[in-house]
Amino acid sequence: MGRFFLHAFLLLATLFFLLPVYLVILTALKEPAKITLDTVWHWPEPVYWESFHIAWEAFRPKFQNSVVLALSATALSALVGALNGYVLAKWPFRGSNLLFALMLFGMFIPYQSILIPLFQFVKAIGLYGTLWGLILVHVVYGIPIVTLIFKNYYSEIPDELVEAARIDGAGFFGIFRHVILPLSAPAFVVVAIWQFTQIWNEFLFAVTLTRPESQPITVALAQLAGGEAVKWNLPMAGAILAALPTLLVYIFLGRYFLRGLLAGSVKG
Amino acid sequence: MRDRITAFLVLLPSLAAVAIFVYGFIGQNLWVSLTDWGKNPAQALALRPELHFVGLENYLELFTGFVDVRFRQSVVNLIFFTLFFMGGSLGLGLLLAMALDRGPKGEGFFRTVFLFPMALSFVVTGTIWRWLLQPQGGVNVLPTLFGLPPFHFPWLTTRQQTWVFDWNQLPFYTALAVGLTLLYVAWKAHREGERKRLFWSLLSSGVLLVWAFTLGRTTHLLPYPEPHGFSLALVGVILAAVWQMSGYTMALYLAGLRGIPVEVLEAAKVDGASEWQTYRHVILPLLAPITLSAMIVLGHIALKIFDLIFAMAGLDYAPTDVPAIYMYLLAFRGNQFAKGAAIGILLLLLVALVVIPYLVSQLRKEVRR
Repeated sequence: MGRFFLHAFLLLATLFFLLPVYLVILTALKEPAKITLDTVWHWPEPVYWESFHIAWEAFRPKFQNSVVLALSATALSALVGALNGYVLAKWPFRGSNLLFALMLFGMFIPYQSILIPLFQFVKAIGLYGTLWGLILVHVVYGIPIVTLIFKNYYSEIPDELVEAARIDGAGFFGIFRHVILPLSAPAFVVVAIWQFTQIWNEFLFAVTLTRPESQPITVALAQLAGGEAVKWNLPMAGAILAALPTLLVYIFLGRYFLRGLLAGSVKG
Repeated sequence: MRDRITAFLVLLPSLAAVAIFVYGFIGQNLWVSLTDWGKNPAQALALRPELHFVGLENYLELFTGFVDVRFRQSVVNLIFFTLFFMGGSLGLGLLLAMALDRGPKGEGFFRTVFLFPMALSFVVTGTIWRWLLQPQGGVNVLPTLFGLPPFHFPWLTTRQQTWVFDWNQLPFYTALAVGLTLLYVAWKAHREGERKRLFWSLLSSGVLLVWAFTLGRTTHLLPYPEPHGFSLALVGVILAAVWQMSGYTMALYLAGLRGIPVEVLEAAKVDGASEWQTYRHVILPLLAPITLSAMIVLGHIALKIFDLIFAMAGLDYAPTDVPAIYMYLLAFRGNQFAKGAAIGILLLLLVALVVIPYLVSQLRKEVRR
């Protein structure tokens, strides 16, 4: 009896999570004229692949923006995080713990509380409407979380390793390059996955700071789906495109994905 | 020594960036919220607008001004959204974790399925659910596949409200809720024998309750009654948000359940506890810290929810309005920068209210260790 309820519950839950996905695929594969509300759940006859072609044509520039944005901001912020974490874990100075705590505060703020000054600032330095402005913003507001992850990770590396290298005459960057960096791969993976998904999925900064030519895909999708006249096959195909990169990351690197999730779960 | 200076110099750009982009901007935003920026349309988009200090006028207008009735409904929406979203994600997450903890066949598959929406953006989730919740389609016609009559709930398009109350009673209800919470804290302090905490919580609870039932009932924010309530259009938004986030609480709870030592459960069994009693008195109390962390994370997400609602209902749809949406609308569509900044500050205060006690308790725990 208990087993029966268990499986019934799991089946229901699976339906709850997967039926939306099924409907998305279904709708994306339908000819626009055949999308009617009372037959939404019917399998498309014939399957209409054209939607993906059209959606890809429409979204390609935005998709490219998202790729450039997410990859470069992730790379930069991983580098910054590794250096910060290295300093805080292995070269602490008086007051460094306090500064670290003050830095972490930036993780918790709702970005609405800095959005207007940020908008003014980005405009004033001439980066409004450019991808570079958005990259800068993501790197800066990523500092707390990436520093946290790297600092925690580097704290586990024994100080003796650093000491030994120092006695051998290695300097600040020498130790980083030859002792710390070779051990850092797991931290880089966690940070890269976390930042990539966050930045790829981000919307508030993107919608506030970009113009149409520099929009990432999230903004384009929200605007396309918001238009009333549009046929639903396109937003659905667009949603699949927008979701695919992070979904692939989740499927293939799920273990690390979860680790980043648990590490950085209170990020703004 | 040279290395120490290098270390500091390496950290410096990040420190400067956080100092400017976090602390500096919060300060500037606070200042903007105390000015009249946006009141004069000629000044609104000027490169160097002339700003005048107006004190708390923007805040006062938001809570008591005639035109900002939408803000007040957005606050009410936010409260209901936060409560139901947190309750739903915690409840469903716990159920899923409990089911998976029994080690059904295909556990890995189920875990992947329940957690995958976490990898999506709120924009994608919102787009998907906007389509699912079309009044004459999607979820509503699902029963017809099994020969049942369709649902008729209009989801996002409804303008109906329930649990309607007068905005003027807000001081009363707030004092009542906080007073009762403090009373509960006092009761717990009494049972744990913490005299100081008992005294202070009892005292402040008493003051609040007395105020609520005397002056609180006659304190009016507005000269006229203004009804607000739980906007039913939010039900769909809550559903989508729970769909996205309950996998996360499941992962947290599952880790917690797996961490409970077998001996503890054995001991409960030896003591003759039924399965229900074991959950009620052994497992759930052990999961309490996880529930607290999850509540903080979910509360944090809920308070600044923006993209999900933007994608599901757009900026201009009052029934699903929340402060983050209204803030964006005011500042970036209406050029009412000062009032937008005021909402930003209010959101910051709300989040601080949730996060700071949590951080302090975490810090204390670490010190104790």
